[in-house]
Amino acid sequence: MAKRLLRLVLNGRPQDGVAADNMLLLDYLREVLALTGTKTGCDGGECGACTVLIDDKPVLSCLTLAVTCAGKRVDTVEALADDGRLSAIQRGFHEKLGAQCGACTPGFLMASEGLLRRNPDPSEDEIRDALGSNICRCTGYVKIIEAVRHAADLLKQQETAA
Amino acid sequence: MDALPEFEVVRPTTVEDVVAARAAHPGSRLVGGGTDLVVNIRRGIEAPPALIDMTGVDELKTIDADADAITVGASVTLAELAEHPDVRAHYPAIAAAAGEIAGPTHRVMGTVGGNICLDTRCIFYNQSDWWRGSNNHCLKTTGEMCHVAPKSKGVCFATFSGDLAPAFLLFDGEVELAGPSGRRSLPLTELYIGYSRQDGSTGDGKTYMSLEPDEFVLRVRARNAPGLVSGYDKMRIRRSIEYPVAGAGVALRRDGDTLADLRVAITGTNPRPVRLDGTEALCGGPLDDRVTDGLDELVRDQIMAMKTTFTPGHYRRRVAGVLARRLMQRLWDEAATS
Repeated sequence: MAKRLLRLVLNGRPQDGVAADNMLLLDYLREVLALTGTKTGCDGGECGACTVLIDDKPVLSCLTLAVTCAGKRVDTVEALADDGRLSAIQRGFHEKLGAQCGACTPGFLMASEGLLRRNPDPSEDEIRDALGSNICRCTGYVKIIEAVRHAADLLKQQETAA
Repeated sequence: MDALPEFEVVRPTTVEDVVAARAAHPGSRLVGGGTDLVVNIRRGIEAPPALIDMTGVDELKTIDADADAITVGASVTLAELAEHPDVRAHYPAIAAAAGEIAGPTHRVMGTVGGNICLDTRCIFYNQSDWWRGSNNHCLKTTGEMCHVAPKSKGVCFATFSGDLAPAFLLFDGEVELAGPSGRRSLPLTELYIGYSRQDGSTGDGKTYMSLEPDEFVLRVRARNAPGLVSGYDKMRIRRSIEYPVAGAGVALRRDGDTLADLRVAITGTNPRPVRLDGTEALCGGPLDDRVTDGLDELVRDQIMAMKTTFTPGHYRRRVAGVLARRLMQRLWDEAATS
């Protein structure tokens, strides 16, 4: 089986490793790099639990071949907290009860993070559209949408404070 | 799902390299976002020895669109196409179709080439290996019978459900192809051959495109017509992700109270995207009952939805007709005020 060197910028840092051609990004993150924050859900592109950011855009790591990410910036849920301090989107989910069982939460966090990076002040419709690829079977989505909106407000506060 | 079988990934950067890679790797498949192909590989539907990653071919990542014509490279993502300001301004049906494919994350990954060549779908096909095995497989893979139409005599009825094809068909779209014997252009109406005729004289759900071996799509092109307004709409069981129950694109031109041009294309029903024949005969007067009844009749005659999804075929045909009619009415009304 062909294997090749794989250089990523993972969560802001250069990351060199070796991946087989048929290895999915999801398996590379979880099994090789032991970053188990990214979750395996449906394993077929239907649920969004495995969402990570590649060059700031949300993609499904369960359908992405690891070797095709060479040279790209990959951000997983582990990138969000800064030395134990929750990021805005994490605080949003925490304070507005956006997580229940939590299995879908890493995917929702990254899809939301992707949205806030390109649109820091999204409307409710824009939040709903951006989270269309993700499924949550607990919350009924209402609290998740509130959480993302709250995170946008937190970002605004941080900006005015700074 | 199953673990991925072994394959090699080839990452060309030019079209010439893609042609060479196809020649060097018999049985290879091209992959863009992988949102359909990787799922099929994991389900054991196919096991190509090599995947050729098209996302590094920069010359296929451009969109050229103005009021007269549009050309879109195969490696453009669906999100890029949906958000392009010139496409939205001049080809709203194409932008709307791209923006309605799957969910937002899929559109960041999926490419135009992938959606144009999207594999046909069926409830007896898009299943795991053990599911299909317990059913003795089906015509589209290794089986001997079509479970949708057991008396089909070797004809497959899997449904084409790509959304870009009907949108481009409205504008007389064509594809630019490259292969071992060079480049050529082909109208979309000749690319899609899934007529599923009983005498086997045409393609079907299994052989749904007229591509030569190792030939592949470089770009999709289409031409605008002065005064044409267009739109695209589809219905899905789960609105944020699912493949269409049916999708319809409509383009028309309104001159005062006269319907001067009408074009309708349907997807999600037949083994090919269908540009309805006979819409010219409905033009020449106002948009009245004669036109709506005539459109219903064209849909009834040319749309053949078999039981390839969990929703019954007759329902999908009705949905296709209703979507087309509503869209036609909406575009007609909007054209009056603009």
